Amino acid sequence: MKGDFDVIVIGAGHAGLTAAICAAESGASVCVLEVSPKNVRGGNSKHTRNLRPMHESALHPLEGSYGFDEYMDDLLRVTDGETNQALATLTLEASANSVPWLKDHGVAFQPPLGGTLHLGRTNAFFLGGGKAVMNALFQCADKLNITVVYEALDIQLDVDNGVFRRVDYSHQGNTEHLTAASLVVAAGGFEANLEWLAEAWGDAALNFLVRGTPYNRGDILRQLLAADAVQIGDARQCHAVAIDGRAPQFDGGICSRIDCVPLGIVVNNQAERFYDEGEDFWPKRYAIWGRLVAAQPDQVAYSIIDSQSAGLFMPTVFPPVEAPSLRELAEKLGLPQESLSTTVDTFNHSIVEADFNHQILDGCHTQGLAIAKTHWARKLDKPPFRAYMLRPGITFTYLGVEVDANARVKFNDSTCTSNIFAAGEIMAGNVLGQGYLAGIGMTIGSVFGRIAGREAARHAR
Amino acid sequence: MQDELTQTSAPVTAPNLLPLYEESARIMTICNACRFCEGHCAVFPAMEQRLTFDRETVDYLANLCHQCGACYQHCQYADPHEFNVNVPRVFAEVRHSSYAHYAWPKGMAWAIRNAGRFTILTTLLATAFFLLGVTLSGDQSSEGVGFYAVISHNTMVTIFSFVGWLILLVWYFSIRSFWLTTALPGIFNIPLPVYRRAMVSILTLKNLDGGHGHGCYQQGEVASQLRRVFHQMTMYGFLFCFVATSLGTIYHYGLSAPAPYDWLTAPKFFGVTGGVSLLVGCAGLWWCRRSTEQAIETEDGGLGNSLIGLLFFTSLTGLALPLLKGTEYLAIILCLHLGFVLALFLNFAWGKFMHSIYRCVALLASEYEKLRQ
Ligand SMILES: Cc1cc2nc3c(=O)[nH]c(=O)nc-3n(C[C@H](O)[C@H](O)[C@H](O)COP(=O)(O)OP(=O)(O)OC[C@H]3O[C@@H](n4cnc5c(N)ncnc54)[C@H](O)[C@@H]3O)c2cc1C
Ligand code: SF4
Ligand code: SF4
Repeated sequence: MKGDFDVIVIGAGHAGLTAAICAAESGASVCVLEVSPKNVRGGNSKHTRNLRPMHESALHPLEGSYGFDEYMDDLLRVTDGETNQALATLTLEASANSVPWLKDHGVAFQPPLGGTLHLGRTNAFFLGGGKAVMNALFQCADKLNITVVYEALDIQLDVDNGVFRRVDYSHQGNTEHLTAASLVVAAGGFEANLEWLAEAWGDAALNFLVRGTPYNRGDILRQLLAADAVQIGDARQCHAVAIDGRAPQFDGGICSRIDCVPLGIVVNNQAERFYDEGEDFWPKRYAIWGRLVAAQPDQVAYSIIDSQSAGLFMPTVFPPVEAPSLRELAEKLGLPQESLSTTVDTFNHSIVEADFNHQILDGCHTQGLAIAKTHWARKLDKPPFRAYMLRPGITFTYLGVEVDANARVKFNDSTCTSNIFAAGEIMAGNVLGQGYLAGIGMTIGSVFGRIAGREAARHAR
Repeated sequence: MQDELTQTSAPVTAPNLLPLYEESARIMTICNACRFCEGHCAVFPAMEQRLTFDRETVDYLANLCHQCGACYQHCQYADPHEFNVNVPRVFAEVRHSSYAHYAWPKGMAWAIRNAGRFTILTTLLATAFFLLGVTLSGDQSSEGVGFYAVISHNTMVTIFSFVGWLILLVWYFSIRSFWLTTALPGIFNIPLPVYRRAMVSILTLKNLDGGHGHGCYQQGEVASQLRRVFHQMTMYGFLFCFVATSLGTIYHYGLSAPAPYDWLTAPKFFGVTGGVSLLVGCAGLWWCRRSTEQAIETEDGGLGNSLIGLLFFTSLTGLALPLLKGTEYLAIILCLHLGFVLALFLNFAWGKFMHSIYRCVALLASEYEKLRQ
């Protein structure tokens, strides 16, 4: 061994643990440094519910097939071509092994969750969700004698000419140093670092809610970039959705979602509509609403429905604000009353009556409005009226380090072969330059976690 | 404006301050928006059929919960998250309160709330009653053989059939009031497949398999089949003993072949295997309870241990009887045995035993809902 360990992994999320397990299974001695305490471990991965594996034939619990071409088409469409074709090809192909690999490591799967049938062919759902996945992986790590250090604070990497030398960190008040032959960085993105986001988004970012862990602050990413690692993506690219404005600042996870947007109207705090609420099915549109709300004054908006929509959307975690009239609703929400009445009246008068059906792209639309609603447009006139406050909730960031097909981090002007490998969100931008495809985050972590672990172990030999 | 909004959010973020049923509704509302645990057990699919969680619904869902712990171990909103979601703990408390709520007559709710004390008291009184009976009836009757030499068959039958009828009456009213809170129609209007599926869940204890078949998480993060195995040893042991008693009755009246029976007869076979299975099962369950993850554990006033204890000691004394035949200890152990049996009978009506009945009704209701969908 050329150091204290063969391989050091930074970040104990899904990508990091996958790398650690693969390295250990290749015979390496592995240490994982994780900043969070044990009782909140699991990073953003603990909030996930599925991944998206390529499968040419049925792959329990997935039925039918989701072949390479269809998958690649989907990826190219959502990213608008912002992807490294070679790495994307590699990712999709290797994703076929993700489900078997996870099953071998104690993860169970189940058919799609209630309300997500549209993902039944493409996305493999974890039984019990992401925390069940993480618990299973931590149990594997334990069996493989992988050292996991929680609360490894203030990690400082010593990187010279693209080569990792040693890591310093503080643990329980002491300063510790470790050396290893290779390093895997899997410390997630920087979505919890609102100040960093503000550099790209302006002060609007300070009003963002963070859907996942407060620990993904991008400190490791910053250090690598400072050590001249090649940057991929830019800080404005992120996955942000419109979520319930009352969600906690961090770790609100999946349950703060609001699915009733297409059923009613959405207004900003001037009580004015600002985008077509019925453009497409919600699962295809929710990811643009984060940005839309972020662009409104004070980064806030209100989704307003009437009693006709009750029960047509997934239940919400917080109860709606409810009032018998629009006036009273405006008062409760603190919106200008006149303005809200005008907006709703104008909207109601512009509706072209048709058969309403929220399960198809129906013919209900508006006519003559500056901002049309193209489907599911129904008069808002059946009290009680209900409203949910929306805020941008950031899921993850895309800016990262560039890697090659061996998950090796690329450095500008380096003359050495780097011993630093990256996996997960910290390098997801290589494959997903923009946009989003449900389940692709965990897929990238799974594929590059396995590659990084294997290659880091190989490098250590 | 902010105040208004934070006020409405209070039910979601004010853990531990709420009364039981509000706390349950708060947690179910979070779960219903999350749904990650859908595959673990029957509770979550039943929850997804609903938007609001009133007392009846919560009683139903709580009795459907087998406290396997999976949804706690896998909850992204568990302590230290501010949502502080802990389904198994709150549902365990609801179940305890529901046993008392559906007790008949109402006054017997105290027996469930003070299960430990009630059990000790009834065991002592019942044993004393038999001891006194034996002592007062003077020298032991010589008409009977075996135990009947101590207490005559007729006396036993009189006492236990009286208590038996009482239990049936209590069951009728308790089951009825719980039944009415569920979506179930009358027993004859339930389609057969519903009975069949519920039966499979009961016989295999499906809901303790974690949804993946590897078992439950009562002891922590790692799934284990132990509790499922011990529970079924207890359940089948109990059923075997029940079969043994029924066969005994048939032998006695139908075949005019009164006890004691030989080792190789059917009543003895079922009695002994059932009894041994009960001993192991109960000891195992007791160990499981002791090692349960603290976070999902609740104080139940001896409710759980009282049933385990009664079953264990009934079985232990029952197995000891044939071995003591002809010795001076027979009379006292028989009285002790009958004391445990009588206390156990009372537990059937006003004790933890009722969990099995409400659980069966809840499973039936959940299968019925699934079929109707
Ligand atoms: C609410 C939510 C739902 C999601 N749902 C899905 C889904 O269903 N499917 C899907 O594919 N993707 C989903 N995603 C995206 C997915 O979470 C990520 O793509 C994936 O978890 C990335 O894995 P990772 O291991 O790279 O990061 P993480 O799981 O976030 O792990 C990073 C780890 O690094 C640690 N760390 C950070 N900084 C440091 C430091 N300086 N020192 C030491 N350790 C550090 C963190 O504490 C954390 O444990 C979701 C994200 C969110 C927020
Ligand atoms: S127990 Fe937790 S993870 Fe499971 S459904 Fe409820 S909120 Fe979601
Ligand atoms: S503890 Fe187990 S049985 Fe009870 S609700 Fe949770 S997963 Fe279901």
